[in-house]
Amino acid sequence: MITLPEVLSLGALLFCISVAGIFLNRKNVIILLMCIELMLLSVNMNFIAFSHFLGDIHGQIFVFFILTVAAAESAIGLAILVVMFRNKDTINVDSLDSMKG
Amino acid sequence: MMNADLIIAIPEITLLALACLVLMVDAFSKDPLHLLTYWTTQASLLVVLALVLYYFPENVQVAFNGSFVSDSMSAILKIFMCGISFVVFLYSHEYLKEHKCLKGEYFVLGLFAVLGMMIMASAYSLLSVYLGLELLSLSLYAMVAMQRDSSSASEAAMKYFVLGALASGMLLYGISMIYGLTGSLQLVTIADKINLDDTNRMFLVYGMIFMIIGIAFKLGAAPFHMWVPDVYQGAPTSVTLFISTAPKLAAFAMSMRVLVDGLMPLVEDWQSILMILSVLSMATGNIIAIAQTNIKRMLAYSTIAHVGFLFLGMISGTSSGFSGSMFYIISYALMSMGAFGMIILLGRNGFEADMLDDFKGLSERSPWFAFIMLCLMFSMAGVPPFLGFWSKWFVLKELVASGFVELAGIAVIFSIIGVYYYLRIIKLMYFDKPESMTAIKSSKQMRAVLSLNGLLILALGLSPNILMSLCLTAIAG
Repeated sequence: MITLPEVLSLGALLFCISVAGIFLNRKNVIILLMCIELMLLSVNMNFIAFSHFLGDIHGQIFVFFILTVAAAESAIGLAILVVMFRNKDTINVDSLDSMKG
Repeated sequence: MMNADLIIAIPEITLLALACLVLMVDAFSKDPLHLLTYWTTQASLLVVLALVLYYFPENVQVAFNGSFVSDSMSAILKIFMCGISFVVFLYSHEYLKEHKCLKGEYFVLGLFAVLGMMIMASAYSLLSVYLGLELLSLSLYAMVAMQRDSSSASEAAMKYFVLGALASGMLLYGISMIYGLTGSLQLVTIADKINLDDTNRMFLVYGMIFMIIGIAFKLGAAPFHMWVPDVYQGAPTSVTLFISTAPKLAAFAMSMRVLVDGLMPLVEDWQSILMILSVLSMATGNIIAIAQTNIKRMLAYSTIAHVGFLFLGMISGTSSGFSGSMFYIISYALMSMGAFGMIILLGRNGFEADMLDDFKGLSERSPWFAFIMLCLMFSMAGVPPFLGFWSKWFVLKELVASGFVELAGIAVIFSIIGVYYYLRIIKLMYFDKPESMTAIKSSKQMRAVLSLNGLLILALGLSPNILMSLCLTAIAG
């Protein structure tokens, strides 16, 4: 039988991997989008675990909303990526440095 | 039952319908100036404003099973959101026309952003807080990237998107922890549950820290301010103008709902976190702003400093302190609207007046607008009798009354440092020679509204009690 702390640890682990991915990744913007997606999914994991162990349906409904918003968010993210690629001809994270100060 | 719920949310429902109507109008119009789209947008905002006024709540009304609330704070903030967005769209239309990047979608996305802000102001459960926030943020990401051939705009949009999504993720993680510990998403129920039993206080604070990080990201408080200067500088000025005004009111509403309505039992814990954020923001904002040569970037750092001041009112933890914060954010939105309006006014066909040098000798080119800019800069610096002085005064007074004297002292020192870079603009305008004597060309309505904007700062500064009593009623209930 899986216990609540076990699921929460998995959620926290996934969350940490995604945050580390956002900050350590210096190569590709698409990997950033993947990390953002992973982050939202790790939160979903938390919600479902709490919902199951509390016997309360609200957490699962929240998950539906997060999934919908995540889909809209990645659509906008990819659209911005396309615009950026047209202007800069690269999707390297390092190329995002024209503004300083 | 259901009808009563719908009436409470009628301004939002109308705005949603009107935003869809504007989208359809724009799809069928062939006008390169998008005048019909523009006027329907402005009319929609006025209709919604009238509805908010007409259905002004006399007491707290809760709808949709406790996830939506209409009280005087939300109503007053919504009035300012609609009014400010109206003026912002007026300035933006001028800018977009002049820079030949006018697209109807700008207004549609703007209306959806206003809808998101209104939902944030009325959110009474963590789910509606999240949905309102995402509606606002997603519209703003698209608006920043709207100038498709600009390399800096797309770079700014990408940075805004990645950091904004990170902030939403942090906020959601915090929400999931709070939900798991209290078993509820409704803010009032959360507060009740924590009052009854705070054996898990440590874990509650753990969840709360994630939520505060999310809020600080959205407000742009240091150390989560990295996106603010880049987005302000890279985005088209009309979008910067929009981002720096009405959404700040929404972010204030969100922090009030989450921290005061939901997590008031943890007040000692969030006070100390906000204190760190506030001091860091005032330090970073005011000191780094001195080194800037781009005025949009300078105003971005000034935003960060102002957010630090906004937190001071919340730290005092009393309802008059919260009113002080509300006064602060409303006056900040009005001042920033005027300042970015001036940048738009000075810009010409394809030329952005976004460097400090573009303000050199403005008093010779246009004495009247140099005076308006003088009012705005004095107000931002906090010189009496302008509005900005009173907003700082009210916040500091409440802070001292709650016993945070050292913190108030630090705030005063940093705002004195901040005076330097505002006065530098005034020096450039009045004591330097202009680089070019080209006349300022802009439409009559832009000139009239911008002048009113500047004079409003002066008029409200001469009688601050009007706005203050409004803020006091808003927080009192």
